[in-house]
Amino acid sequence: MTRYIIKRLLQGIPLIFIISIILFVLMMNMGDPIATMGGRSITRPSDRIRLTRQLGLDKPIYMQYIYWLIGNDWTKVDLDGDSVAETSGTRRGILRGDFGTSLVNRGKPVTKVIGERLPNTIMLMVASEIIVILGALAVGVYSAIKQYSWFDHTITALSFIGYSMPIFFIALLSMYIFAVLFKRWGLPYLPTVGMFDPKVGKTTGQILVHMILPVFSMSVVSLASYSRYIRSTMLEVLSQDYIRTAKAKGLPRRDVVFIHALKNASLPIVTIVGLDLPLLLGGAVVTEQIFAWPGMGRLFLDHVKRADTPVVMGILLMIAVAVVVFQILTDITYAWLDPRIRYEK
Amino acid sequence: MDSISAQSSPIARLSPDELEAPPLTLRQLAWRRFRRHKMAMFGGIVLILLFIYSIGGSFFFTEGYANYTQTELRLQPPSAAHPFGTDTVGRDALARTIYGGQISILIGLAAVIIETLMGILIGAAAGYYGGMIDSILMRFTEAMLNIPELFLLIVMAKNFGGKIPNITLFGREFSGSVVVIIIIIGLTSWMYLARIVRAEFLSIKENDFILAARATGTPNSQIIFQHILPNSIAPIVVSATLGVANAILSEAYISFLGLGVQPPTATWGNMLDRANNYLETAPWLWFVPGAFILLTVLSINFLGDGLRDALDPRSRTI
Repeated sequence: MTRYIIKRLLQGIPLIFIISIILFVLMMNMGDPIATMGGRSITRPSDRIRLTRQLGLDKPIYMQYIYWLIGNDWTKVDLDGDSVAETSGTRRGILRGDFGTSLVNRGKPVTKVIGERLPNTIMLMVASEIIVILGALAVGVYSAIKQYSWFDHTITALSFIGYSMPIFFIALLSMYIFAVLFKRWGLPYLPTVGMFDPKVGKTTGQILVHMILPVFSMSVVSLASYSRYIRSTMLEVLSQDYIRTAKAKGLPRRDVVFIHALKNASLPIVTIVGLDLPLLLGGAVVTEQIFAWPGMGRLFLDHVKRADTPVVMGILLMIAVAVVVFQILTDITYAWLDPRIRYEK
Repeated sequence: MDSISAQSSPIARLSPDELEAPPLTLRQLAWRRFRRHKMAMFGGIVLILLFIYSIGGSFFFTEGYANYTQTELRLQPPSAAHPFGTDTVGRDALARTIYGGQISILIGLAAVIIETLMGILIGAAAGYYGGMIDSILMRFTEAMLNIPELFLLIVMAKNFGGKIPNITLFGREFSGSVVVIIIIIGLTSWMYLARIVRAEFLSIKENDFILAARATGTPNSQIIFQHILPNSIAPIVVSATLGVANAILSEAYISFLGLGVQPPTATWGNMLDRANNYLETAPWLWFVPGAFILLTVLSINFLGDGLRDALDPRSRTI
């Protein structure tokens, strides 16, 4: 097992390198970061040259990548434009935990910019993932036991609709129903934008109320596909011999379904949850945009529009690392949970 | 298939009057299974209707009318003159759903062509040649898969946006952003297909008929495209069908975020751009295009599900 984990980790490292190179090349023509640095006033040509030099954007792309990766404090850089490199660099490189500083919020470290938004996104992510798993287990198991009943057929149809639903459509629809129409009908209605009412302040209750609609919109699509998945694995397990044995022994149906079948049927769920979780980190772009939720998705969008390469690169790399790490964790958890699987190679 | 079984089948052939029914070809079997799939038939019919709507509608409204702005008529609720209302600059939403539908469907189909070509080429090369080529291509595929698709799309849309001039085709002017969106959706969605194709190639190339083809000196390209590819067509068709739905959704997401196809060219996606600002005052702005997207994607998913069942060679139901 230990050998397997080490092997997977060693495979993951080059993968992250490849991803970082692909991303770095993509970042190169994302737009002119200097164009928006001066705020409303147009950047003067002399300032432009100076800034390009200070940010190291005049260097060839492979040098920029090396500086980004391992920093430039081991070498001298030319800051005043006399083509003599005399000042020693200050960047420490991503390998030593320096993600650089944001170009839009001058001088603010990328880790801090991301760190401020990350908890907000994780909040949405965890809440919707819990709802999705619990909901999908309930719906999936029930429609597997009642296969081909009217409930099963309804759920099948609904899950196809949910699966095909664009997130913005369900978001706008739920906003319209639960905020606009409920308000019009004089019912208690839900808030639609932001994280808290500025008049009340950032209290737990406020945040919870503001979370309902975004979490609902995010859950619908995953709930639909997860419940289909659980239904099919459950059906597969229920048709196996050991279930028939359990039934033949005269065990109560509840025990057979929830103890014998569900335990094995829920194993593959570990895989999809593990692979989906890091993607949710970024999957919230549209949801956060619509509900004006101050999370990573909106941070990403805002900074892409202003070509803030260090922040964008930081977010993307963080997600890529999360994906790789979660893949490894998923495989390990799976092997640990299922004694039939052994990675002894 | 037909000619082989007719000429060289070792089984004694029955004369027509000895048979109760003529044997069915694989295609006929697949069509039978497909016809039984009610949801797939429903999806197919809705798709045909949507097609007729967006192509046929252009005989009733000109594109000029769809892009004609009348700011004094802005945000009109649905009425007899404008059944779907008007948008923020007074364009008729009905005509825009027609022309938007054409572009959305065009983007869906064209992006899938790029996606399928890339997926087949990369998957086939990796699966057939194996070794070094396989590792390099598959590491690249994995790396692309590990970046969420929407993020890649946003970054690439920012990269290539506004760099292609408008194109005039069939007497109509297309915004260059349509081409950009088609290309970037194609370039960010081929990874799953490449993996499917690779897996198919890995298993099919072990068959004896491939060994025979190699032994007779058939060139690699011919083995790949004439011997292996036709045998792995079923999962490719299913994946490409579902890919159209995905491409239409991707276009909608990216246009919704304002990075997609630029107005005045309408798509179902960019009709939704900024519609959330009018959530309360003009719900028809977002409801109509949203419903069109949902209906299209739903129908394609039904169709893909039916195709998956119908084309599955292991399926025994007739």
